[in-house]
Amino acid sequence: MEVPILKQGEFLIATIQAALSDADLEHLRLALVQRVVRFRSRAVIVDVTAMDVMDSFASRTLREIALMIRLRGAETVIVGIQPEVAFAMVQLGLTLEGVGTALDLEEGLAYLNQKFKNIN
Amino acid sequence: MAVQVGEIRVPINSDQDIVLARQKGRSLAADAGFSAVDSTLIATAISELARNIVSYAKKGEIILQTLRESRRKGILIIASDNGPGIPDIRLALRDGFSTSGSLGLGLPGVRRLVDEFQIASAIGQGTVVKVTKWRQDQQEE
Repeated sequence: MEVPILKQGEFLIATIQAALSDADLEHLRLALVQRVVRFRSRAVIVDVTAMDVMDSFASRTLREIALMIRLRGAETVIVGIQPEVAFAMVQLGLTLEGVGTALDLEEGLAYLNQKFKNIN
Repeated sequence: MAVQVGEIRVPINSDQDIVLARQKGRSLAADAGFSAVDSTLIATAISELARNIVSYAKKGEIILQTLRESRRKGILIIASDNGPGIPDIRLALRDGFSTSGSLGLGLPGVRRLVDEFQIASAIGQGTVVKVTKWRQDQQEE
């Protein structure tokens, strides 16, 4: 199950559309980092609205994505974590420390637009 | 005494099976009337237990059972493998401990997601983890 990555100006938007296996998540990590380099993107939004489970592997991989992208000088925002998923993550002891989050895609884009408007 | 009213067995051989097991667990939980939050907790617990099987034992099995007691319903998840076993269970249940370079939150985290947690492990023979989640709204029936 490949995750589509959309280029939207200086941003990349990856929309997870179904449950992902570990291999799918690892593939997403590589694809995102490669595209950030290729397109000189400033930021990446990962939309996880469709993810019904965020276990330790998924949250670790998302954190790694954000760290790798930061090393390229770009920023990652995770959007759309469902309330039940957030509840389970906290119970499980998982955090996305150091990773930006926003309510949904719209909020994520608004946050990034605001941020990069100030820089430009 | 809880009576078992249904059973699903999911062989765990690869990371694809982790996804399959948690999807089956979620639909079983939804059928048993668990809330969306509890169904997610159950699916997440299954995901962690199945991942431990893949990471440490390579293969094993997840058995999902629907339980009924006089006044409540529950789901029992049994994760079993014939892998290397856990040398020190007490250490494995401590937050932050892991031998596979993962976050080390596997078992203590799973224990927080469920109501009952049992583990048995023998070196060179394997590990069996049994966890139970009961429905929270039992009085309303």
